[in-house]
Amino acid sequence: MKVSYKWLKQYLDLNMPAKDLGEKIERTAVEVDSVDVAQTGLKKLVIGHILSMKDHPESDHLHICEVDVGEDQPLQIVCGAPNVAADQKVIVALPGSRIGGNVKIKRSKMRGVESEGMICALDEIGFSKDVVPKEWADGIYVFDDSVPVGEPVYHYLGMDDPIIDLDVTPNRGDMLSILGTVHELAAIYDQHADIKTPVANEDSQIDVNQEISATADSSLAKTYKLRVIKGVKVAPSPSWLQITLWNAGVRPINNVVDVTNYILLKYGQPLHSFDQDKIDGNIQVRLAQQGEKITTLDEEDHELSTNDIVIADNDHPIAIAGVMGGFNTQIDDQTTSVVLESAIFDSIRIRKTAQRHVLHSEASQRFERGINPDTVEAAIDEAANMIQTLAGGKIATGIVTAADYHPELPTIFMTAERTNHVLGTKLTLAEIKKIFDRLGFTSEDHEDGLNVTIPARRWDIHIDADLFEEVARIYGYDKLPATLPTGRQTIGVLTQPQKVQRASRQILEGLGLTQAISYSLTTESKAKMFLMRQSEVTKLLSPMTQDHAVLRMNLLSGLLDDVAYNHAHKVNDVALYESGRVFYKDNIDQVRPEEVEHIAGVITGNFDNPAWNNHINPVDFYQMKGIVNQFLINLGINGDIEYTATDQYSDMHPGRTANISIHGHYVGFVGQVHPKVTKQFKIKETYAFELNLQELIDLPKNDDQYQPISKYPSIKRDISIVVDRQITNDQILAVMKKRGGAYLSDIQLFDVYDGKNVPDGKKSMAYSLTYVNPRDTLKDEVVTTAFEKIKKRLTDDLKAEIR
Amino acid sequence: MSLRDQLTEIKEKGLTDIKQVSDLKKLNEIRVHLLGKKGPITAALRGIKDLKPEERPEVGSYANKIRDAIAQAVTQHRDQLEQAQLDAQLAEEKIDVTLPGKPVSQGQPHVIQQIIDEFVDLFLGMGYEVLQGPEVEEDKYNFERMNLPKNHPARDMQDTFYISKEILMRSQTSPMQARALEKHDFSKGPLKMISPGIVYRRDTDDPTHSHQFHQVEGLVIDEHITMADLKGTLITMAQKIFGNKFDIRLRPSYFPFTEPSVEVDVTCFNCMGKGCDVCKHTGWIEVLGAGMVHPNVLNMAGVDSKVYGGFAFGVGPDRFAMLKYGVDDIRDFYLDDVRFLNQFNKRGN
Repeated sequence: MKVSYKWLKQYLDLNMPAKDLGEKIERTAVEVDSVDVAQTGLKKLVIGHILSMKDHPESDHLHICEVDVGEDQPLQIVCGAPNVAADQKVIVALPGSRIGGNVKIKRSKMRGVESEGMICALDEIGFSKDVVPKEWADGIYVFDDSVPVGEPVYHYLGMDDPIIDLDVTPNRGDMLSILGTVHELAAIYDQHADIKTPVANEDSQIDVNQEISATADSSLAKTYKLRVIKGVKVAPSPSWLQITLWNAGVRPINNVVDVTNYILLKYGQPLHSFDQDKIDGNIQVRLAQQGEKITTLDEEDHELSTNDIVIADNDHPIAIAGVMGGFNTQIDDQTTSVVLESAIFDSIRIRKTAQRHVLHSEASQRFERGINPDTVEAAIDEAANMIQTLAGGKIATGIVTAADYHPELPTIFMTAERTNHVLGTKLTLAEIKKIFDRLGFTSEDHEDGLNVTIPARRWDIHIDADLFEEVARIYGYDKLPATLPTGRQTIGVLTQPQKVQRASRQILEGLGLTQAISYSLTTESKAKMFLMRQSEVTKLLSPMTQDHAVLRMNLLSGLLDDVAYNHAHKVNDVALYESGRVFYKDNIDQVRPEEVEHIAGVITGNFDNPAWNNHINPVDFYQMKGIVNQFLINLGINGDIEYTATDQYSDMHPGRTANISIHGHYVGFVGQVHPKVTKQFKIKETYAFELNLQELIDLPKNDDQYQPISKYPSIKRDISIVVDRQITNDQILAVMKKRGGAYLSDIQLFDVYDGKNVPDGKKSMAYSLTYVNPRDTLKDEVVTTAFEKIKKRLTDDLKAEIR
Repeated sequence: MSLRDQLTEIKEKGLTDIKQVSDLKKLNEIRVHLLGKKGPITAALRGIKDLKPEERPEVGSYANKIRDAIAQAVTQHRDQLEQAQLDAQLAEEKIDVTLPGKPVSQGQPHVIQQIIDEFVDLFLGMGYEVLQGPEVEEDKYNFERMNLPKNHPARDMQDTFYISKEILMRSQTSPMQARALEKHDFSKGPLKMISPGIVYRRDTDDPTHSHQFHQVEGLVIDEHITMADLKGTLITMAQKIFGNKFDIRLRPSYFPFTEPSVEVDVTCFNCMGKGCDVCKHTGWIEVLGAGMVHPNVLNMAGVDSKVYGGFAFGVGPDRFAMLKYGVDDIRDFYLDDVRFLNQFNKRGN
């Protein structure tokens, strides 16, 4: 809501700079988007009087004007506006002036004729085209004759008036009006606003009931009132009214429509004016019927819904109630009889209708936020008087009332004790009462508190908490003390699952992966990739785009999108992980998916950045497995970590992927992303893992991390064997562990070779075995015996050849 | 030549030889030669038996002195040679220390995560628990229990992704207020919680809008919690997270689930309150919404609003990160460009 400072000053004694007023409103009532003075940045724009005009010899549309700008000599200005004429008073940009858009105007020659400045249109000096009256839309602006030649134009166009643009919250619909804002400022500055109730200047010769009748369903319109004005003469409004409207962002139309808009701004009460002669019979407020159509004032056609409230005459709808009037009954230059409507329509229906037809008007916005039932009649009375003043005519006696509503004013009991209890203040009841006085709320002492009666204009206040807010903001949030909660102690500590989640992130970062956060909403095909369990997809009812339409069931596809984004920006080395939720549904009938915490990672390119002194180190399966394995070790879950070759994931390489289980519980997988997938994502060879983090959180942890380090020396023995290629490392380790004896403490694989000197179909594996006795010095013979046993078992069980 | 003169001559020659040697191996040979069993001193000493008994001790003692002098000269010269050798080696080993160090691959927490962790740690220290709620939420908790019945105009403020009529992607972390209130046993103590998480809005992605972003909800409910406590908590938050020079201001606002409701501004990061383009020349930047929990929210969760009350606040870590670092496009947080992410590795402050 754009509020004119000058308009406010008609009711209140305000002398502070507009910026200070804006800040006060912001700190006490509603947000202020801006405080602007339209003339800011403009320079040397004055009122000129066109003394004479002749055609430009070299042009069929330019004119050469002699313009009096209050100086000794008139200026010669070339002007191409179609409406320019001698004897007009116009906006002149003098040489050296600045007009809209920070454009500088200089002396110049136009087709050989000197032009000492420019005669301006409104939009050339910064007006939005949306507010320029139609008659000046395609040409220069012409003042009425009363303006003084040579004076700066700003005052005469309302451009010196500071405009405070309020961003009104949904609860403060009362501030979508000048009077509402005046009430608010009266409370803020502790002033009394002098607001008079108008009395309609009725003509006893004309009875409104002879002119028109109306019926209304009170569930659609709580209040519905009509007045009739006969014998008006439609014309442009006087400049003061036009200025008032355009400063509020409303385009002036004519002296009838402008009055309804003026009243809307002043009271927050939308009015509508119909041409009485275009209405067929009586008026009904009803729901639209199936198949009904209307052309609105903006000449758009609308198919009406049976949930839209319409104003209809005997035949058809003549307005979409509260949203926009009909084209066929609008006021035009020939109109002589005006039917004025002032009503309160059902806010929810108006909101839905405005959304349905994408018609968000000044009127609909106010009906949605609420209307002051106290001023419905004052608004229509003042409008009738103004139309009579500006357009002539006679006001019919009486008001047609089809529905009326005067709610009982709510009374709320509140105490100082409770106020202070909520706000943390030490206000007395007298101080609180004073605040209500300022707000214009009547209060009466009752028991140990106050009974506060809320005026109809503040329909947002229902309970004592609402009153605490009124007290707090008028008292001032700045004056509120700042304390910390006291009372019973609480312990702030992460839960075990939260600790595991935090540790997971830290471990993976320590292992070189950077945390990514990708989108949870993805495409259906990506949602279904890398599935770790059978699941149906969860779809949004109305997604914004197909790219974000389905809930993910894996983290990896998002990470692959990230890799693709990096590759597309020439970043080849990527090492990322993500910790987040996936969404599973066991069957299609399940509506709400189960949310499961997962953690996943990807690496591609070189793991260590290539540098001048280290070799490039392209990632491979074992790099990724090393990361996952260290991660799982650090989580300290009880039991062995096992890797089993798998080809079950269609998006993973069938020969380079392993399922991971801990103590027999499946927790996820690690491997190379399938080449067809990397091709589809346009990315390079990529290795990945995805784990069910929830499972890792839930699995029992090994609390017993400490083993004393033996003080006795250990003995190392190396063994190199040649086995069939199919024999896995796990098989060899199993044999060695089972048959290694009591003192075998560690086995390290240090070489795998299948090249020269190794027979086809075979491979050479070399291990370093460490023996230690925690309680005594190991004897060489004991180790030799144990070592020989392993050799024998390897030979017997795995047909290994010992080298 | 007397035995004594012989010994003197051995010494003179020996010391000269030692000084002339320039390599450790040769020095050792000389040492072995002079002092060894087959060396000249030993040989000379064999002649001692030919001397008169009264002369023997004097010459013997002299021989020992010579032996010591030679040994000392060898040690001294060896130290010098070794030092010279070490100096030469060190000179040889000189490198260009300005060449870059070996790159170490190191992962970083996401910048949004860093900010969330900062909030979490601060509030843990103030005795808050951390609660995590579902991202797929019921309309009941997301809206109705937050005092936003169906048809409430404020629902338009948040366009929501629905999965069914009653199930939606949560558009705020506020439903955790209702869930926490419903579960909490006030006989065990006050409810003090924060709840970080992802939220979703039906927005078109652009530099200032993302259909996915983060929120951190805060809630404190007890018998004596005041709006002054809210103000103090928010000042503490601003100063601990941004620095002691930062101040806050409260402005009236509207949220259906709090009454009174406030918008909270902090001192502009860019100009420290002087006024600049970033803060639209106000010196303040809006960072969060807060208020005293609406009695309806408490009552609907089965908490007696006549006995219990308190405050709630909601912060956007994405907005915090954008303001703190001057990131001008929210989409950067979700594209995971590693060059973008890895910048946020300055953890010392």
